[in-house]
Amino acid sequence: MNLGAVTAIYKAEMARFFRTLLQSFISPVISTSLYFVVFGSAIGSRMDRVEGVEYAAFIIPGLIMLSVMTQATSNASFAIYFPKFIGTIYEYLSAPISFLEVTLGFVGAAATKALFIGLVILATSFLFVDFTILHPVSMLAFLILTCISFSLLGFIIGIWARNFEQLQLIPLLVITPLVFLGGSFYSISMLPPAWQVVTRFNPVVYLISGFRWSFFGQADVSIGVSLAAIGLFTAICLGIIWLIFRTGWRIRS
Amino acid sequence: MPPIVSVRDLTKSYAGGFTALDHVSLEIEQGEIIALLGPNGAGKTTLISTICGITMPSGGTVEVGGHDVVRDWRKARDLIGLVPQEIALEPFSTVWNNVRFTRGLFDRKRDDAHLERLLRDLSLWEKRDAKVMELSGGMKRRVLIAKALSHEPKILFLDEPTAGVDVELRKDMWRVVERLREEGVTIILTTHYIEEAEAIADRIGVISKGRIMLVERTEDLMARLGRKELRIELAEPVAELPQSLRREGLLRAEDGTALIYTYDTHAERTGITALLADIQAAGLQLTDLSTSNSSLEEIFVGLVKEDAA
Repeated sequence: MNLGAVTAIYKAEMARFFRTLLQSFISPVISTSLYFVVFGSAIGSRMDRVEGVEYAAFIIPGLIMLSVMTQATSNASFAIYFPKFIGTIYEYLSAPISFLEVTLGFVGAAATKALFIGLVILATSFLFVDFTILHPVSMLAFLILTCISFSLLGFIIGIWARNFEQLQLIPLLVITPLVFLGGSFYSISMLPPAWQVVTRFNPVVYLISGFRWSFFGQADVSIGVSLAAIGLFTAICLGIIWLIFRTGWRIRS
Repeated sequence: MPPIVSVRDLTKSYAGGFTALDHVSLEIEQGEIIALLGPNGAGKTTLISTICGITMPSGGTVEVGGHDVVRDWRKARDLIGLVPQEIALEPFSTVWNNVRFTRGLFDRKRDDAHLERLLRDLSLWEKRDAKVMELSGGMKRRVLIAKALSHEPKILFLDEPTAGVDVELRKDMWRVVERLREEGVTIILTTHYIEEAEAIADRIGVISKGRIMLVERTEDLMARLGRKELRIELAEPVAELPQSLRREGLLRAEDGTALIYTYDTHAERTGITALLADIQAAGLQLTDLSTSNSSLEEIFVGLVKEDAA
């Protein structure tokens, strides 16, 4: 195991994050604050409690997940696409490092950044809403697992992408809709019965549901199913990455 | 001693049907400097990329330090430093961090003293805290070399290292190469500057259309294929060659102020003595004489043409 390489990649990626710390920090804080003003105070004041939770508090897990998923995906996809774009990918290919080590370095850094942003949003939420987290350990576990799995997905997108347009395509066309329709801002029990069935095919539902359970003890689906879903999603991403490196697809000619 | 790089029957063809390498075999001895010459698209970079693990071979085998580059890739790549042809560097990071990063990729312990010496040798020390994007093209190329040497490789690949590079950098680079040679590092370079290959390489390989045309010791190649030129400077220009001097290989040059005689060093008779006697008899006065080898470039162009014919 070439741990030196994993550390080198991780550190270099984190250095990129710290170079733009202000942006990384301020943009999620501002956007979350806007959500709280619009959905929490303006609209939320006219809404009933959802599953016994005040609406402004109800949306917190969804808001965190929304940012964490999009940030993890875009961070990881950009991180591996950039060396392909500027040509420094030759270094990773000619150094004594395995696919596992490259993935650990890049995905580890992308997940760390996403986790950081998730925690910043959580801290911001306390400024707007009064709430307690029922199961903090499970909350953290869900958050970390989501950071890792979506960074893995982003990593795959970054390898697949041939240009910057493609890099934006999947986050825009697939991830954002799935996250919005995954129960970030509502309980799926609020949907018409037919849509409740459709929405069960959306993997994000299980993540948000499980995450929300660790906050309020309420869930759309059982916590076991949520855990299984995120485990399966992570395994599929890992499998695809293993295949990519084994065949050298879009990396090694 | 077994060869440090052993290429056997290496073939690389692409999905479109293009064959970049066509049954290439090559053995490189430890500690030697070998120059690969060939026109653009001959397969030089593909050969280097395949040895370094960037490109997967379609057929044949490559061993580096006795390790197969496909099966035992980690040990093989561990020995290699690569300076690519195109400048590719992380632009937002500093020179120092760029070089340290590569050392990290090769899992070497932190050694700031080694990196400092490297940067000083390549005149980069003053720029160590500058971001790569702020550097000139020549400076960036120095950074690429520093990165390739950061992990103290046993084998160094230089893919056209002097293309578009100023005289200062070339001097620095050949000084570093000279030191590496003393340390026993094997160096494989491709170049278009043929005089450089001639001056620095122990052996020269010529590649054309994905095939190795020849690999020979530089001086053998020069001797075997080399013809020499005798240049005779005249005190007074001649309007045309006197009848008594006319012979094969002799030409009037530069409006008649000089004569150039081309001869084969391996021929039984070079004809020089007779020529000089005839010049004296014709009453011409000489101001200077000089000889030169026909350049490797001519040899090379000749070889590639032969192949095309």
